[in-house]
Amino acid sequence: MFSERILMQFPRELVNEPLLSIVTKEFDIVFNIISARITENEEGQLKVELRGKRPNVLAAVDYIKKKGVSIRSLSKFVTVDRKLCTDCGACVVQCPTGALYYEEDLSVGFDAAKCIACELCRLACPYSAIVVAHADEVTHV
Amino acid sequence: MAKTYEEINDKIKKGKAVVVTAEEMIAVVKEKGVRAAAKDVDVVTTGTFGPMCSSGAFINVGHTKPKMKITKGTLNGVPVYCGLAAVDLYVGATEAAEDDPLNRVFPGEFRYGGGHVIEDLVAGKDVRFVASAYGTDCYPRKELDTLLNIKDLNEAILLNPRNAYQNYNVAVNAHGKRPIYTYMGILRPNIGNANYCSAGQLSPLLNDPHYRTIGIGTRIFLGGAVGHVIWQGTQHNPGVPRTDGGVPKGGAGTLAVAGDLKQMSTEFIRGASFRGYGVSLGVGLGVPIPIIDEEMAKFTAVSDADITAPITDYSVAYPEASGGPIGEVTYSELRTGRITINGKEVPTGAISSYPKARKIAATLKAWIEAGKFLLTEPIAPLPAAESGYKFGPLKERKK
Ligand code: SF4
Ligand code: SF4
Repeated sequence: MFSERILMQFPRELVNEPLLSIVTKEFDIVFNIISARITENEEGQLKVELRGKRPNVLAAVDYIKKKGVSIRSLSKFVTVDRKLCTDCGACVVQCPTGALYYEEDLSVGFDAAKCIACELCRLACPYSAIVVAHADEVTHV
Repeated sequence: MAKTYEEINDKIKKGKAVVVTAEEMIAVVKEKGVRAAAKDVDVVTTGTFGPMCSSGAFINVGHTKPKMKITKGTLNGVPVYCGLAAVDLYVGATEAAEDDPLNRVFPGEFRYGGGHVIEDLVAGKDVRFVASAYGTDCYPRKELDTLLNIKDLNEAILLNPRNAYQNYNVAVNAHGKRPIYTYMGILRPNIGNANYCSAGQLSPLLNDPHYRTIGIGTRIFLGGAVGHVIWQGTQHNPGVPRTDGGVPKGGAGTLAVAGDLKQMSTEFIRGASFRGYGVSLGVGLGVPIPIIDEEMAKFTAVSDADITAPITDYSVAYPEASGGPIGEVTYSELRTGRITINGKEVPTGAISSYPKARKIAATLKAWIEAGKFLLTEPIAPLPAAESGYKFGPLKERKK
Protein backbone atom coordinates (compact mmCIF):
# COMPACT_ATOMS: atom_id res chain seq x y z
CA MET A 1 0.00 0.00 0.00
CA PHE A 2 1.29 3.42 -1.01
CA SER A 3 0.18 6.66 0.50
CA GLU A 4 0.66 10.23 -0.62
CA ARG A 5 -0.49 13.39 1.14
CA ILE A 6 -1.13 16.29 -1.16
CA LEU A 7 -2.40 19.82 -0.99
CA MET A 8 -4.73 20.53 -3.93
CA GLN A 9 -5.47 24.07 -4.98
CA PHE A 10 -8.64 24.19 -7.14
CA PRO A 11 -9.23 27.15 -9.40
CA ARG A 12 -12.69 28.69 -8.97
CA GLU A 13 -14.18 26.96 -12.01
CA LEU A 14 -13.21 23.51 -10.77
CA VAL A 15 -14.47 23.86 -7.20
CA ASN A 16 -17.68 22.01 -7.94
CA GLU A 17 -16.22 19.18 -10.01
CA PRO A 18 -16.34 15.73 -8.34
CA LEU A 19 -12.70 15.10 -9.18
CA LEU A 20 -11.96 12.91 -6.22
CA SER A 21 -14.84 10.53 -6.82
CA ILE A 22 -13.76 10.20 -10.44
CA VAL A 23 -10.17 9.29 -9.58
CA THR A 24 -11.12 6.84 -6.87
CA LYS A 25 -13.22 4.89 -9.37
CA GLU A 26 -10.84 5.26 -12.31
CA PHE A 27 -7.68 4.40 -10.47
CA ASP A 28 -8.92 2.13 -7.69
CA ILE A 29 -7.64 4.20 -4.80
CA VAL A 30 -9.13 5.52 -1.58
CA PHE A 31 -8.86 9.03 -0.20
CA ASN A 32 -9.07 10.61 3.16
CA ILE A 33 -9.74 14.32 3.45
CA ILE A 34 -7.46 15.98 6.00
CA SER A 35 -8.89 19.45 5.62
CA ALA A 36 -10.90 21.47 3.15
CA ARG A 37 -11.50 25.16 2.82
CA ILE A 38 -12.43 27.87 0.35
CA THR A 39 -9.87 30.68 0.28
CA GLU A 40 -10.66 34.40 0.21
CA ASN A 41 -10.49 34.45 -3.58
CA GLU A 42 -12.93 31.54 -3.77
CA GLU A 43 -10.40 28.93 -4.69
CA GLY A 44 -10.75 25.52 -3.10
CA GLN A 45 -7.97 24.14 -0.95
CA LEU A 46 -8.06 20.49 -0.13
CA LYS A 47 -5.59 18.43 1.79
CA VAL A 48 -6.02 14.74 1.11
CA GLU A 49 -4.27 11.50 1.63
CA LEU A 50 -4.45 9.12 -1.33
CA ARG A 51 -3.91 5.42 -0.72
CA GLY A 52 -3.63 2.55 -3.14
CA LYS A 53 -1.12 0.78 -5.36
CA ARG A 54 1.80 3.08 -6.06
CA PRO A 55 1.33 3.37 -9.88
CA ASN A 56 -2.38 4.01 -9.37
CA VAL A 57 -1.82 6.78 -6.84
CA LEU A 58 0.76 8.42 -9.09
CA ALA A 59 -1.52 8.16 -12.12
CA ALA A 60 -4.37 9.69 -10.13
CA VAL A 61 -2.15 12.60 -9.08
CA ASP A 62 -1.18 13.07 -12.70
CA TYR A 63 -4.81 13.07 -13.81
CA ILE A 64 -5.78 15.70 -11.23
CA LYS A 65 -2.86 17.89 -12.31
CA LYS A 66 -3.89 17.69 -15.96
CA LYS A 67 -7.37 18.89 -14.96
CA GLY A 68 -5.76 22.18 -13.90
CA VAL A 69 -5.50 21.65 -10.19
CA SER A 70 -2.17 22.66 -8.70
CA ILE A 71 -0.72 20.05 -6.40
CA ARG A 72 1.91 20.17 -3.77
CA SER A 73 3.20 17.10 -1.99
CA LEU A 74 2.66 17.00 1.73
CA SER A 75 4.64 13.85 2.14
CA LYS A 76 6.81 15.73 4.53
CA PHE A 77 5.50 16.02 8.04
CA VAL A 78 6.73 18.83 10.17
CA THR A 79 6.66 18.52 13.94
CA VAL A 80 8.05 20.52 16.80
CA ASP A 81 10.13 18.52 19.26
CA ARG A 82 8.85 19.92 22.53
CA LYS A 83 11.90 18.63 24.40
CA LEU A 84 14.19 20.77 22.25
CA CYS A 85 11.95 23.79 21.72
CA THR A 86 12.75 26.83 23.87
CA ASP A 87 9.57 28.75 22.93
CA CYS A 88 11.50 31.64 21.46
CA GLY A 89 9.46 32.22 18.33
CA ALA A 90 12.25 32.64 15.81
CA CYS A 91 10.23 30.21 13.68
CA VAL A 92 6.85 31.89 14.14
CA VAL A 93 7.83 35.02 12.27
CA GLN A 94 8.98 32.95 9.27
CA CYS A 95 5.88 30.76 8.95
CA PRO A 96 3.82 31.85 5.94
CA THR A 97 0.60 30.06 6.91
CA GLY A 98 0.17 30.69 10.62
CA ALA A 99 0.81 27.01 11.40
CA LEU A 100 3.28 28.21 14.01
CA TYR A 101 1.89 30.85 16.33
CA TYR A 102 2.27 32.46 19.72
CA GLU A 103 -0.08 31.22 22.41
CA GLU A 104 -1.52 33.65 24.94
CA ASP A 105 1.40 32.99 27.33
CA LEU A 106 3.93 33.55 24.49
CA SER A 107 4.81 29.88 24.23
CA VAL A 108 4.84 28.59 20.66
CA GLY A 109 2.00 26.51 19.29
CA PHE A 110 1.85 24.39 16.12
CA ASP A 111 -1.22 23.59 14.04
CA ALA A 112 -0.23 20.75 11.72
CA ALA A 113 -3.36 21.19 9.59
CA LYS A 114 -2.12 24.59 8.40
CA CYS A 115 1.43 23.45 7.63
CA ILE A 116 2.51 23.28 3.98
CA ALA A 117 5.93 21.79 4.82
CA CYS A 118 7.90 24.68 3.34
CA GLU A 119 10.58 24.20 6.04
CA LEU A 120 11.23 27.91 6.51
CA CYS A 121 10.84 27.33 10.23
CA ARG A 122 13.52 24.66 10.20
CA LEU A 123 16.04 27.11 8.76
CA ALA A 124 15.20 29.67 11.42
CA CYS A 125 15.17 27.45 14.51
CA PRO A 126 18.42 27.87 16.47
CA TYR A 127 17.81 24.79 18.60
CA SER A 128 17.09 22.15 15.92
CA ALA A 129 13.62 21.66 17.36
CA ILE A 130 11.80 21.49 14.02
CA VAL A 131 11.75 17.93 12.80
CA VAL A 132 10.87 17.08 9.22
CA ALA A 133 9.92 13.47 8.55
CA HIS A 134 9.24 12.06 5.10
CA ALA A 135 6.16 10.07 4.27
CA ASP A 136 8.28 7.17 3.10
CA GLU A 137 9.45 6.80 6.66
CA VAL A 138 6.05 7.04 8.29
CA THR A 139 3.10 6.11 6.08
CA HIS A 140 4.16 3.15 3.98
CA VAL A 141 2.23 0.17 5.14
CA MET B 1 11.57 52.96 54.99
CA ALA B 2 14.83 51.40 53.92
CA LYS B 3 15.63 47.72 54.40
CA THR B 4 19.11 46.26 54.70
CA TYR B 5 20.37 43.09 53.01
CA GLU B 6 20.72 41.55 56.50
CA GLU B 7 17.08 42.21 57.33
CA ILE B 8 15.95 40.71 54.04
CA ASN B 9 18.20 37.66 54.49
CA ASP B 10 16.90 37.16 58.03
CA LYS B 11 13.39 37.04 56.65
CA ILE B 12 14.46 34.60 53.93
CA LYS B 13 16.03 32.30 56.54
CA LYS B 14 12.85 32.37 58.58
CA GLY B 15 10.78 31.66 55.49
CA LYS B 16 9.03 34.98 55.89
CA ALA B 17 10.34 36.96 52.95
CA VAL B 18 7.82 38.21 50.43
CA VAL B 19 9.15 37.37 46.99
CA VAL B 20 7.46 38.20 43.69
CA THR B 21 8.62 38.00 40.09
CA ALA B 22 9.26 41.17 38.11
CA GLU B 23 6.09 40.42 36.17
CA GLU B 24 4.02 40.13 39.35
CA MET B 25 5.60 43.27 40.79
CA ILE B 26 3.96 45.38 38.09
CA ALA B 27 0.51 44.47 39.43
CA VAL B 28 1.58 44.80 43.08
CA VAL B 29 2.75 48.37 42.57
CA LYS B 30 -0.29 49.24 40.48
CA GLU B 31 -2.58 47.95 43.21
CA LYS B 32 -0.84 49.13 46.38
CA GLY B 33 1.33 51.97 45.20
CA VAL B 34 5.11 52.27 45.41
CA ARG B 35 5.20 52.98 49.13
CA ALA B 36 3.24 49.99 50.32
CA ALA B 37 4.88 47.73 47.74
CA ALA B 38 8.34 48.76 49.01
CA LYS B 39 7.27 47.91 52.53
CA ASP B 40 5.59 44.59 51.73
CA VAL B 41 7.86 43.12 49.06
CA ASP B 42 11.37 42.04 49.99
CA VAL B 43 12.70 40.58 46.76
CA VAL B 44 11.78 40.80 43.08
CA THR B 45 13.13 38.04 40.85
CA THR B 46 14.05 38.53 37.20
CA GLY B 47 15.01 36.19 34.37
CA THR B 48 16.16 36.04 30.80
CA PHE B 49 16.97 33.30 28.30
CA GLY B 50 18.56 33.91 24.95
CA PRO B 51 21.61 33.30 22.82
CA MET B 52 24.58 34.95 24.52
CA CYS B 53 27.56 34.70 22.22
CA SER B 54 30.12 36.01 24.68
CA SER B 55 30.06 32.84 26.76
CA GLY B 56 32.26 29.86 27.34
CA ALA B 57 33.57 27.34 29.83
CA PHE B 58 36.90 26.87 31.53
CA ILE B 59 37.67 23.25 32.21
CA ASN B 60 40.53 21.46 33.89
CA VAL B 61 40.83 17.93 32.56
CA GLY B 62 43.38 16.63 35.08
CA HIS B 63 46.92 15.43 34.38
CA THR B 64 47.77 12.56 32.10
CA LYS B 65 50.47 10.05 32.89
CA PRO B 66 53.13 10.89 31.74
CA LYS B 67 52.23 14.56 32.00
CA MET B 68 51.45 16.78 29.06
CA LYS B 69 51.37 20.54 28.59
CA ILE B 70 48.50 20.63 26.13
CA THR B 71 49.00 23.22 23.39
CA LYS B 72 46.27 22.37 20.92
CA GLY B 73 43.05 20.47 21.27
CA THR B 74 39.52 19.80 20.10
CA LEU B 75 36.40 18.67 21.96
CA ASN B 76 34.11 16.69 19.64
CA GLY B 77 36.00 18.29 16.78
CA VAL B 78 35.60 21.85 18.07
CA PRO B 79 38.91 23.68 18.67
CA VAL B 80 39.39 24.79 22.28
CA TYR B 81 41.81 27.39 23.60
CA CYS B 82 44.77 25.78 25.35
CA GLY B 83 47.07 28.75 25.89
CA LEU B 84 46.88 28.44 29.67
CA ALA B 85 48.58 26.13 32.14
CA ALA B 86 49.11 22.48 31.23
CA VAL B 87 45.58 21.05 31.42
CA ASP B 88 43.31 24.10 31.61
CA LEU B 89 41.28 24.97 28.55
CA TYR B 90 38.54 27.31 27.44
CA VAL B 91 35.65 26.24 25.24
CA GLY B 92 34.31 29.31 23.46
CA ALA B 93 30.59 29.25 22.68
CA THR B 94 30.88 30.46 19.08
CA GLU B 95 33.75 28.23 17.94
CA ALA B 96 32.61 26.14 14.97
CA ALA B 97 33.69 22.52 14.48
CA GLU B 98 37.04 22.18 12.66
CA ASP B 99 35.50 20.55 9.59
CA ASP B 100 32.44 22.82 9.44
CA PRO B 101 31.93 24.18 5.90
CA LEU B 102 31.05 27.54 7.56
CA ASN B 103 29.53 29.88 4.97
CA ARG B 104 31.16 28.23 1.96
CA VAL B 105 27.74 26.84 1.18
CA PHE B 106 25.68 29.88 2.03
CA PRO B 107 23.84 30.15 4.34
CA GLY B 108 25.84 27.73 6.48
CA GLU B 109 24.07 25.45 8.95
CA PHE B 110 26.63 25.54 11.78
CA ARG B 111 25.19 22.39 13.26
CA TYR B 112 27.76 21.86 15.99
CA GLY B 113 30.18 24.09 17.85
CA GLY B 114 31.38 25.28 21.23
CA GLY B 115 27.87 25.98 22.51
CA HIS B 116 26.90 22.39 21.72
CA VAL B 117 30.03 21.01 23.40
CA ILE B 118 29.03 22.90 26.55
CA GLU B 119 25.47 21.58 26.31
CA ASP B 120 26.75 18.00 25.82
CA LEU B 121 29.00 18.35 28.86
CA VAL B 122 26.06 19.61 30.94
CA ALA B 123 23.94 16.73 29.62
CA GLY B 124 26.53 14.32 31.06
CA LYS B 125 27.46 12.98 27.63
CA ASP B 126 30.98 11.75 26.92
CA VAL B 127 32.93 14.21 24.79
CA ARG B 128 35.97 13.25 22.70
CA PHE B 129 39.13 15.20 23.51
CA VAL B 130 42.01 15.09 21.03
CA ALA B 131 45.10 17.07 22.01
CA SER B 132 48.70 17.60 21.08
CA ALA B 133 51.78 19.19 22.64
CA TYR B 134 55.40 19.88 21.71
CA GLY B 135 56.78 18.13 24.80
CA THR B 136 59.05 19.49 27.50
CA ASP B 137 61.30 17.97 30.13
CA CYS B 138 58.59 18.34 32.76
CA TYR B 139 55.68 17.57 30.39
CA PRO B 140 56.97 14.96 27.91
CA ARG B 141 53.73 13.60 26.45
CA LYS B 142 52.79 14.77 22.95
CA GLU B 143 49.53 13.10 21.93
CA LEU B 144 46.20 12.39 23.59
CA ASP B 145 42.88 10.99 22.36
CA THR B 146 40.34 10.24 25.07
CA LEU B 147 36.73 10.54 26.14
CA LEU B 148 35.89 13.05 28.85
CA ASN B 149 32.87 13.32 31.06
CA ILE B 150 31.96 16.36 33.10
CA LYS B 151 31.78 14.31 36.27
CA ASP B 152 35.46 13.42 35.97
CA LEU B 153 36.70 16.94 35.28
CA ASN B 154 38.37 18.74 38.15
CA GLU B 155 36.59 21.98 37.33
CA ALA B 156 34.05 23.01 34.74
CA ILE B 157 33.22 26.67 35.15
CA LEU B 158 30.88 28.59 32.93
CA LEU B 159 32.57 31.97 32.59
CA ASN B 160 30.82 34.41 30.33
CA PRO B 161 32.44 37.79 29.69
CA ARG B 162 29.22 39.41 28.48
CA ASN B 163 25.67 38.32 29.26
CA ALA B 164 22.29 39.81 30.10
CA TYR B 165 22.42 42.88 27.87
CA GLN B 166 20.35 45.70 29.32
CA ASN B 167 17.98 46.18 26.36
CA TYR B 168 18.84 45.44 22.72
CA ASN B 169 18.17 46.27 19.09
CA VAL B 170 15.15 45.24 17.09
CA ALA B 171 16.64 43.90 13.87
CA VAL B 172 15.20 44.45 10.38
CA ASN B 173 16.46 44.15 6.80
CA ALA B 174 15.62 47.48 5.21
CA HIS B 175 17.73 47.56 2.05
CA GLY B 176 18.80 44.00 1.30
CA LYS B 177 17.32 42.37 -1.79
CA ARG B 178 17.49 38.89 -0.29
CA PRO B 179 16.95 37.46 3.18
CA ILE B 180 19.92 38.18 5.41
CA TYR B 181 21.21 35.70 7.97
CA THR B 182 22.24 37.30 11.24
CA TYR B 183 22.74 36.54 14.92
CA MET B 184 19.26 38.08 15.24
CA GLY B 185 17.86 35.34 13.01
CA ILE B 186 16.68 35.40 9.41
CA LEU B 187 15.57 38.86 8.28
CA ARG B 188 13.48 39.02 5.13
CA PRO B 189 14.01 41.87 2.65
CA ASN B 190 11.93 45.01 2.57
CA ILE B 191 11.42 44.90 6.35
CA GLY B 192 9.67 41.55 6.00
CA ASN B 193 10.00 40.85 9.72
CA ALA B 194 11.41 42.42 12.88
CA ASN B 195 13.31 40.28 15.40
CA TYR B 196 13.95 41.28 18.99
CA CYS B 197 15.88 39.72 21.84
CA SER B 198 15.14 40.83 25.40
CA ALA B 199 13.00 39.64 28.28
CA GLY B 200 11.89 43.28 28.65
CA GLN B 201 10.00 43.70 31.91
CA LEU B 202 11.51 40.45 33.25
CA SER B 203 15.07 41.30 32.24
CA PRO B 204 17.56 41.68 35.15
CA LEU B 205 19.26 44.98 34.30
CA LEU B 206 16.03 46.62 33.11
CA ASN B 207 14.68 46.17 36.65
CA ASP B 208 17.71 47.82 38.22
CA PRO B 209 18.51 50.37 35.53
CA HIS B 210 21.17 52.27 37.51
CA TYR B 211 22.84 49.14 39.00
CA ARG B 212 21.94 50.09 42.56
CA THR B 213 21.72 46.49 43.78
CA ILE B 214 23.30 44.39 41.01
CA GLY B 215 27.07 44.57 41.30
CA ILE B 216 30.23 42.53 41.56
CA GLY B 217 29.58 39.57 43.83
CA THR B 218 25.80 39.43 43.35
CA ARG B 219 24.58 35.85 43.64
CA ILE B 220 22.42 34.89 40.66
CA PHE B 221 20.65 32.07 38.85
CA LEU B 222 22.91 30.87 36.05
CA GLY B 223 22.05 27.99 33.75
CA GLY B 224 19.86 26.31 36.36
CA ALA B 225 22.42 26.63 39.17
CA VAL B 226 23.83 29.32 41.44
CA GLY B 227 26.36 31.70 39.92
CA HIS B 228 27.79 35.13 40.54
CA VAL B 229 28.30 38.43 38.81
CA ILE B 230 32.07 38.72 38.60
CA TRP B 231 32.56 42.06 36.82
CA GLN B 232 30.80 44.45 34.52
CA GLY B 233 30.42 42.70 31.20
CA THR B 234 32.50 43.62 28.19
CA GLN B 235 31.03 46.49 26.15
CA HIS B 236 29.27 47.74 29.33
CA ASN B 237 27.94 51.12 28.23
CA PRO B 238 25.91 52.83 30.95
CA GLY B 239 25.95 56.34 29.47
CA VAL B 240 23.39 55.81 26.67
CA PRO B 241 20.20 57.91 26.37
CA ARG B 242 17.54 56.88 28.87
CA THR B 243 13.82 57.45 29.39
CA ASP B 244 12.59 59.65 32.24
CA GLY B 245 12.21 56.45 34.23
CA GLY B 246 15.93 55.71 33.78
CA VAL B 247 15.46 52.87 31.29
CA PRO B 248 18.18 52.80 28.59
CA LYS B 249 16.71 53.21 25.13
CA GLY B 250 19.08 50.63 23.62
CA GLY B 251 21.89 48.24 24.56
CA ALA B 252 23.60 49.54 27.72
CA GLY B 253 24.85 47.66 30.79
CA THR B 254 26.12 44.08 30.64
CA LEU B 255 27.25 41.46 33.16
CA ALA B 256 30.23 39.13 33.32
CA VAL B 257 29.13 36.02 35.19
CA ALA B 258 30.48 32.69 36.36
CA GLY B 259 29.06 29.51 37.86
CA ASP B 260 29.68 25.80 38.32
CA LEU B 261 28.84 24.11 35.02
CA LYS B 262 28.57 20.75 36.82
CA GLN B 263 25.43 21.94 38.62
CA MET B 264 23.74 23.36 35.52
CA SER B 265 20.93 21.93 33.43
CA THR B 266 20.32 21.61 29.70
CA GLU B 267 16.98 23.28 30.26
CA PHE B 268 18.90 26.55 30.60
CA ILE B 269 22.18 25.87 28.77
CA ARG B 270 21.66 25.16 25.08
CA GLY B 271 23.89 25.07 22.04
CA ALA B 272 22.38 27.21 19.29
CA SER B 273 22.89 27.30 15.50
CA PHE B 274 22.11 30.44 13.55
CA ARG B 275 21.84 29.90 9.80
CA GLY B 276 24.49 31.80 7.91
CA TYR B 277 25.87 33.29 11.14
CA GLY B 278 27.31 30.65 13.39
CA VAL B 279 27.11 28.86 16.68
CA SER B 280 26.13 30.35 20.02
CA LEU B 281 25.00 29.35 23.49
CA GLY B 282 21.49 29.84 24.83
CA VAL B 283 21.93 30.92 28.46
CA GLY B 284 19.33 31.26 31.18
CA LEU B 285 20.14 33.87 33.79
CA GLY B 286 18.17 35.46 36.62
CA VAL B 287 18.99 38.03 39.27
CA PRO B 288 17.15 38.66 42.54
CA ILE B 289 16.64 42.32 43.32
CA PRO B 290 16.29 43.30 46.97
CA ILE B 291 13.65 45.97 47.52
CA ILE B 292 15.81 48.08 49.81
CA ASP B 293 13.73 51.22 49.33
CA GLU B 294 10.90 52.84 47.42
CA GLU B 295 13.07 53.65 44.47
CA MET B 296 13.77 49.94 43.89
CA ALA B 297 10.05 49.19 44.14
CA LYS B 298 9.45 51.77 41.46
CA PHE B 299 12.22 50.46 39.21
CA THR B 300 11.12 46.83 39.49
CA ALA B 301 7.57 47.78 38.50
CA VAL B 302 8.82 48.67 35.02
CA SER B 303 6.59 47.15 32.36
CA ASP B 304 7.02 46.31 28.67
CA ALA B 305 5.08 49.47 27.81
CA ASP B 306 7.81 51.60 29.48
CA ILE B 307 10.73 50.00 27.65
CA THR B 308 11.59 51.02 24.11
CA ALA B 309 14.06 49.42 21.73
CA PRO B 310 15.73 50.94 18.66
CA ILE B 311 14.72 49.46 15.29
CA THR B 312 18.02 48.86 13.54
CA ASP B 313 18.73 48.00 9.92
CA TYR B 314 20.99 44.95 9.75
CA SER B 315 21.45 45.11 5.96
CA VAL B 316 23.49 48.36 5.97
CA ALA B 317 23.46 50.42 9.17
CA TYR B 318 24.60 47.64 11.55
CA PRO B 319 27.29 45.95 9.43
CA GLU B 320 28.70 49.24 8.17
CA ALA B 321 28.48 50.84 11.62
CA SER B 322 26.76 53.80 10.02
CA GLY B 323 23.44 55.54 10.54
CA GLY B 324 21.15 55.46 13.52
CA PRO B 325 17.97 53.54 14.25
CA ILE B 326 15.02 53.89 11.88
CA GLY B 327 12.50 54.05 14.68
CA GLU B 328 11.69 52.87 18.14
CA VAL B 329 9.10 50.52 19.54
CA THR B 330 8.02 49.31 22.96
CA TYR B 331 8.23 45.70 24.10
CA SER B 332 4.47 45.60 24.65
CA GLU B 333 4.03 46.43 20.96
CA LEU B 334 6.67 43.85 19.97
CA ARG B 335 4.92 41.14 21.97
CA THR B 336 1.65 41.55 20.07
CA GLY B 337 3.40 39.88 17.11
CA ARG B 338 2.93 42.88 14.77
CA ILE B 339 4.33 46.37 14.66
CA THR B 340 4.14 49.20 12.15
CA ILE B 341 7.35 50.48 10.56
CA ASN B 342 7.14 53.35 8.05
CA GLY B 343 3.42 52.69 7.67
CA LYS B 344 3.92 48.99 6.94
CA GLU B 345 2.67 46.20 9.16
CA VAL B 346 5.55 43.88 10.06
CA PRO B 347 5.43 40.57 11.96
CA THR B 348 7.72 40.38 15.00
CA GLY B 349 9.59 37.38 16.33
CA ALA B 350 11.69 36.87 19.41
CA ILE B 351 15.11 35.27 19.56
CA SER B 352 14.98 35.15 23.36
CA SER B 353 12.35 33.02 25.10
CA TYR B 354 9.83 34.81 27.27
CA PRO B 355 8.35 31.58 28.73
CA LYS B 356 11.83 30.49 29.83
CA ALA B 357 12.53 33.93 31.31
CA ARG B 358 9.32 33.57 33.28
CA LYS B 359 10.32 30.10 34.44
CA ILE B 360 13.71 31.36 35.62
CA ALA B 361 12.14 34.19 37.63
CA ALA B 362 9.68 31.69 39.14
CA THR B 363 12.45 29.19 39.98
CA LEU B 364 14.56 31.85 41.67
CA LYS B 365 11.48 32.96 43.60
CA ALA B 366 10.91 29.37 44.77
CA TRP B 367 14.56 28.99 45.87
CA ILE B 368 14.37 32.17 47.92
CA GLU B 369 11.00 31.29 49.43
CA ALA B 370 12.41 27.93 50.45
CA GLY B 371 15.29 29.66 52.24
CA LYS B 372 17.81 28.01 49.90
CA PHE B 373 19.11 31.18 48.28
CA LEU B 374 20.31 34.26 50.19
CA LEU B 375 21.02 37.66 48.69
CA THR B 376 24.49 39.16 48.55
CA GLU B 377 25.38 42.81 48.81
CA PRO B 378 27.75 43.71 45.96
CA ILE B 379 31.38 44.02 47.02
CA ALA B 380 31.85 46.69 44.35
CA PRO B 381 29.34 48.47 42.13
CA LEU B 382 29.15 48.30 38.34
CA PRO B 383 30.11 51.57 36.65
CA ALA B 384 26.95 53.68 36.37
CA ALA B 385 26.04 56.42 33.90
CA GLU B 386 27.79 59.20 35.85
CA SER B 387 31.09 57.27 35.85
CA GLY B 388 31.85 58.17 32.24
CA TYR B 389 32.65 54.48 31.55
CA LYS B 390 31.87 53.74 27.91
CA PHE B 391 32.10 51.36 25.00
CA GLY B 392 34.06 52.65 22.02
CA PRO B 393 34.94 51.44 18.53
CA LEU B 394 38.34 50.09 17.52
CA LYS B 395 40.74 52.74 16.24
CA GLU B 396 42.69 50.93 13.54
CA ARG B 397 46.30 52.03 13.25
CA LYS B 398 49.74 50.81 12.14
CA LYS B 399 51.84 52.60 14.73
S1 SF4 C 1 7.02 24.10 7.36
FE1 SF4 C 1 6.39 26.14 6.64
S2 SF4 C 1 4.17 26.14 6.93
FE2 SF4 C 1 4.94 24.40 8.12
S3 SF4 C 1 5.21 25.25 10.17
FE3 SF4 C 1 7.17 25.46 9.11
S4 SF4 C 1 7.15 27.51 8.25
FE4 SF4 C 1 5.02 27.01 8.78
S1 SF4 D 1 12.51 28.57 16.69
FE1 SF4 D 1 12.80 26.48 17.43
S2 SF4 D 1 13.13 26.73 19.64
FE2 SF4 D 1 12.26 28.66 18.90
S3 SF4 D 1 10.05 28.40 19.20
FE3 SF4 D 1 10.48 27.74 17.10
S4 SF4 D 1 10.79 25.53 17.29
FE4 SF4 D 1 10.93 26.35 19.35
